Amino acid sequence: MVKRLVVGAHYGLRDWLAQRITAVIIALYSLIAAAIVLINTPLTYAVWKDLFAQGWMRVATLLFAASLVWHTWVGVRDILMDYIKPDGLRLTLQVLVLLVLAGYFGWAVQILFR
Amino acid sequence: MASASAKKIRPKYLNLPAILFEIRLPVPGWVSILHRISGALLFFPFTAWVLYLLDTSLRSEQGFQYVKTQYLDLTLVKLGLLVLIWAYCHHFCAGIRYLLLDLDKGIELRTARITSWLVIGVSLALTALFGAKLW
Repeated sequence: MVKRLVVGAHYGLRDWLAQRITAVIIALYSLIAAAIVLINTPLTYAVWKDLFAQGWMRVATLLFAASLVWHTWVGVRDILMDYIKPDGLRLTLQVLVLLVLAGYFGWAVQILFR
Repeated sequence: MASASAKKIRPKYLNLPAILFEIRLPVPGWVSILHRISGALLFFPFTAWVLYLLDTSLRSEQGFQYVKTQYLDLTLVKLGLLVLIWAYCHHFCAGIRYLLLDLDKGIELRTARITSWLVIGVSLALTALFGAKLW
């Protein structure tokens, strides 16, 4: 019988693949964002505000934030599975991480669509 | 030998001095554990910090000026930002290395060691570069 833990992995390639696809999205966004900031140095409020007022930038940042949430969830869950052995504590910490990530995402949406 | 199948009691060296001075991690091992540590740091507290900075700087002209001229001028903030920049650069460079390893690129021991040193060196150089801009 295969022993499956509620707090174990999903026993598949999905998370592994998602971690890599989101990594590419995060990397591309980082490079573009860094280039925009470097081109516009020294940064002024007008430029900064206009940048995040553009539709494409909002969509790109939202996509970046969603990728970051998914990527972080896979990574942090790996860390918890490696170092936290008691099931109850592991589950508690996993829920806590998910709540923090949901909070981060909500905060990001609030900043983008104010 | 009769004792061959018996479970041997082996010495464990997982105390702090052993971890620090006796167990020598190969370079790819260092890149790996630093990838993990930088990832954990980026999750918390750095994401929260970046969101705070983004929130304040986009909220109003005063907020932007406060972040730019006062907040980012504090030594403690600059030091913290330096760690953030290093964590991001290391996670970025090591991540690209892992993506390439997944595609079977650079898996020979020699190449793997060279790219490990490259990851450590490039991320430190980038940190120094951005750090210089910060000061």
